[in-house]
Amino acid sequence: MSISLDEVRHVANLARLQLSETELLSFQGQLNSLLGHFEDIQNLDVSGVAPKPHAVAMQNVFARDIAHQPLPREEALRNSADTKAGLFIVPTIIEE
Amino acid sequence: MPEYVVSVGMEVHAELMTESKMFCRCPVGFGGMPNTRTCPICLGLPGTLPVPNEAAVEMVIKTALALNCTVPTDSVFHRKNYYYPDLPKGFQVSQYGETNPIGYNGFLEIPAADGGTKRIKIRRVHLEEDTGKLMHLPGGGSGVDYNRAGVPLMEIVTDFPPDIESPDEAKEYMSQLRAILIYLGVCDGKLEQGSMRCEPNISVRLKGSETYGTKTELKNLNSFKSVQLGIEYELKRQSEVLEAGGTITQETRGWNEQTLSSYLMRVKESEADYRYFVCPDLIPMNFSEEKIEAIRATLPELPLAKLLRFENDFGLSNYDAGVLVSEQYWADYFEKCVELGADPKQACNWMNGDFARMLNEAGQVGLVDGEGIEDKPASQIRPQHLVELIGMIESGAITGKIAKSVFETCFATGKLPSTVVEEEGLTVISDTSAIDALVAEVIAGNPGQVLQYREGKESLIGFFVGQVMRKSEGRADPQSVQAALRDALK
Ligand SMILES: [Zn+2]
Repeated sequence: MSISLDEVRHVANLARLQLSETELLSFQGQLNSLLGHFEDIQNLDVSGVAPKPHAVAMQNVFARDIAHQPLPREEALRNSADTKAGLFIVPTIIEE
Repeated sequence: MPEYVVSVGMEVHAELMTESKMFCRCPVGFGGMPNTRTCPICLGLPGTLPVPNEAAVEMVIKTALALNCTVPTDSVFHRKNYYYPDLPKGFQVSQYGETNPIGYNGFLEIPAADGGTKRIKIRRVHLEEDTGKLMHLPGGGSGVDYNRAGVPLMEIVTDFPPDIESPDEAKEYMSQLRAILIYLGVCDGKLEQGSMRCEPNISVRLKGSETYGTKTELKNLNSFKSVQLGIEYELKRQSEVLEAGGTITQETRGWNEQTLSSYLMRVKESEADYRYFVCPDLIPMNFSEEKIEAIRATLPELPLAKLLRFENDFGLSNYDAGVLVSEQYWADYFEKCVELGADPKQACNWMNGDFARMLNEAGQVGLVDGEGIEDKPASQIRPQHLVELIGMIESGAITGKIAKSVFETCFATGKLPSTVVEEEGLTVISDTSAIDALVAEVIAGNPGQVLQYREGKESLIGFFVGQVMRKSEGRADPQSVQAALRDALK
């Protein structure tokens, strides 16, 4: 199992990362070495092991439906690069 | 032009009526100032730990059971990854897989054109979280309000191949589904406010063809009427494109309420790559048989079943029964009237007729008990008012005409009909001598008509009855009046 340079480019694009050709090559190498570890795991005999849906061996952790005080708006907006009229401001979205 | 048929797959999103959000305890609400219902969890800040809302999970189980779905023993949440400013975390928590959603392989029944019912197969009912709201600002930039981000959202998807084969069936599906969600108390079903949203996938093919055409997705349908009109429009548009030798492209289109037409929003160039994976922050859910059965035991009678029962048990028309079951409180009101002894047909006529009109004009709702629903106060007319009124008409104590004015007084004052009748002296004049006196007056006052009647123009009896009734101010019993008149005119 290995990852092509195009796949790295695709994944980077999905993650909205702008990578140079050098960076792409470097990540391709790192990812392939990671995939190599998975290949080792895949070669193990796990025929007697039941599949697990989750890494944590717990079930049914829920919260009761009771509303709490939310953040004051100034707090909520504090880390935003730009705000206006109580809104988070982002670059124009041309859709819908 | 050869005949084209339409196939519709329905994707419906319903906001759940919980107090708090899906994975944090921010309050859920509509409107209000932007970004006043957020916290580090629903803003997607690093280092936060989401915990699922148990009430939301139970609401989805309830819906799944009402829609005849299988509820799995084990179910997990996944992350659906994509970037968009209305999604603060960069992923939406949702449920992936065929048998992982809280409900799968179910069906919903809609009334069929032939009078029976038709099954619409449901592929999945799953739980996810809503996104924030984006708004374009004059002068550039977009503003984001995260009040809605993280609100529990249930998605209900029909199965493929689609069972919905006409715009009417699509509207009926939506209307049945909405009624069920409201009956279950899981969603308020407000299409115009967006708490229930539907996105049909629409394709057409030549009648008789086995292959389904390319589908388009339609958005911005804010009412049942637009669901129907939008699908009708797409059927026509797609048929014309194909007939002209063109091809349908897989695209998302928007519905324009003003021009009653659809417009291109975006072309789907490739399947989105969401890279679903099990959310490591959320612990797997396990539903015991006891839990599922306990929830099943809380299911109310569903609207279509109620409608059929009203038709069969009370001999109501499909239309009347449909109006009664359209709101659960209205159906409850009707059943209370019947339980208290009212004739079902009379109760239905009053409810769907004068009472409904007056409620509408006054901006009120008719409730068995309670103060009101949302901004509408409850009418002072309770089932016992209606039952008493109907009883008084049946026993002949008041005429139907008087009953209407009594009802209006009751509506305005909250008094019982018997009180109003007594206070205003509106009981039927059954005293024969009183009626005879009125008859004599009318005969004396209309010599010309009396002559014509005696010469054989018997149809004039209606005229005489009308005159006597007017003199009695509607209080005389029309049948006694007619009998007295026929006697006197011999
Ligand atoms: Zn929150």
